[in-house]
Amino acid sequence: MKAKNYIFGTLLLLLGVAFLSPVYVMVVNSFKNRAELYENVLALPESFSFQYYVAAMEKMNFLTAFKNSLFITITSVIFIVILSSMTAWMLARMDDKLSKIIFMIFISTMLIPFQTIMMPLMQWMNTLMNVTGIPFLNTRGGLIFMHIGFNSSMAVFLYHGFVKTIPKSLEEAATIDGASKFGVFWRIVFPILKPITVTVMILNVISIWNDYLLPSLVLKDKGLRTIPLSTFYFFGEFTIEWNMAMAGLVLTIIPVIIFYALAQKHIIKGIAEGAVK
Amino acid sequence: MSKTKDRLWFAVFTVPLITIFATVVIVPFLSGIVYAFFDWDGIAANEKVFVGLDNFIKLLEDKRFLHSAWVTTKFTFLSLISVNVIAIIFALLVTSKLRTANTARTFFFMPNLIGGLILGYIWQFIFSDVFAMIGEWTGLNSVFYNWLLDKEFALYALVIVFTWQMAGYMMIVYIAGIQGIPEELNEAARIDGANYWQRLTRITFPLLMQSFTICLFLTLSFAFKIYDVNLSLTKGGPANATEMFALNIYNEIFGYSHYGYGQAKAIVFFIIVAVITLSQVYLTKKREVEM
Repeated sequence: MKAKNYIFGTLLLLLGVAFLSPVYVMVVNSFKNRAELYENVLALPESFSFQYYVAAMEKMNFLTAFKNSLFITITSVIFIVILSSMTAWMLARMDDKLSKIIFMIFISTMLIPFQTIMMPLMQWMNTLMNVTGIPFLNTRGGLIFMHIGFNSSMAVFLYHGFVKTIPKSLEEAATIDGASKFGVFWRIVFPILKPITVTVMILNVISIWNDYLLPSLVLKDKGLRTIPLSTFYFFGEFTIEWNMAMAGLVLTIIPVIIFYALAQKHIIKGIAEGAVK
Repeated sequence: MSKTKDRLWFAVFTVPLITIFATVVIVPFLSGIVYAFFDWDGIAANEKVFVGLDNFIKLLEDKRFLHSAWVTTKFTFLSLISVNVIAIIFALLVTSKLRTANTARTFFFMPNLIGGLILGYIWQFIFSDVFAMIGEWTGLNSVFYNWLLDKEFALYALVIVFTWQMAGYMMIVYIAGIQGIPEELNEAARIDGANYWQRLTRITFPLLMQSFTICLFLTLSFAFKIYDVNLSLTKGGPANATEMFALNIYNEIFGYSHYGYGQAKAIVFFIIVAVITLSQVYLTKKREVEM
């Protein structure tokens, strides 16, 4: 019985490794020169030279793109967490007609695919920019603003469901003690919301970090490109040089793997909660 | 006094988000409906001409669009099967008590975290160069060649990449379902002499119905809305053979500058997605009540 378990365990592990074989193909070919690559795309490289990484890093403007992605993702997620938790708490606690209507509007817009809004959004942002002078387009701030708008309904929905499960008594006691709504929320409610905050953060980090279409419409300047954007332009120019292309792709997935390694438990839990909603 | 104060607090907490949300989602959605009834090339100086329902009627005769709708349906159907079959197998494997189960789960889920755009590029190399080489080596040229150049196989390539991306995600949902099944049920059946297959089909699967519904509809709506992988793997090619709904809309609006007509497609797209999602909610809710 034990031997059998051992064999099945090894087989399962092999299956897992085989599943990730595209990653192997990507990594080994990022080290090969052109001749070596076309001789055998599956073989290990003869030497480990990082020259294609250096080249790809430069051509993709990787460090700038990484900084842009990091800044945009973190700022958007912080705003989404703060604004959505506050809104969801109020909507859940007030629970009057107005709150119910607002909540329903938030949820029903989750049905709208991005392609349905993209064109009118760009027109409208352009108009707003001309009228108010606030630079909504071609700025990181504008993109963050739009990320908040698109991702808030899911966040409000998750927070709302969680608030419903926590008893009001603590909040009422604090109110009697003279705490303002602001104090009650930040000192008492927000700490209790921590598990769902982690879920909201994880789901949004993944979707904003990987988003391609919205940034491609909003950002025009080279210096503002996020990682998916710079990957897209990089591929437009260098598809034939597969070794450099593979090095570039490896670079883009390194941050993802680090994030996965650090937060695996939370990610799996967050995905399960986000999907079952 | 207290009522006014409450109102004020309500506004302080909710107005910032509602303002952003209305600006980014509500206004463009509503104005998008209006655009769908106009003919416009996207240039601000040019006139928008009201054409009534013409854009929607034109859809029915647009061969490229109808082809795109058909390809999307086919892709969605194939993905529905392949993603869920693999996800269930993975979920059953990693919920076994094997010592390597956790590591395997980590590996199975990983592709889901890599963005669709990047996945598409990785597989582009595999389908073009790795496949060509395997074909040369093994002599199986009829199976291993550059799939992306073949109208039929390019679609299967998309199904494979999408499956690679989504199977781990659906696996997580199935795992949650399997872990919700009481241990005693399986134990009792084992004592009564039920074999693995019997336990699977008589206990596990019936109790997983909820997870099935969720996963089927999630796959349905993700597959239907596919864009990033489509763009990076095939760009809709060869010869528009794999141009899915979302990419077709993008090309119509920004590629051909048919802003009004493209927006009409986008509205139809919304209606289909809404129907899919609402039926999911309806079915899941109904089942919850029955349980």
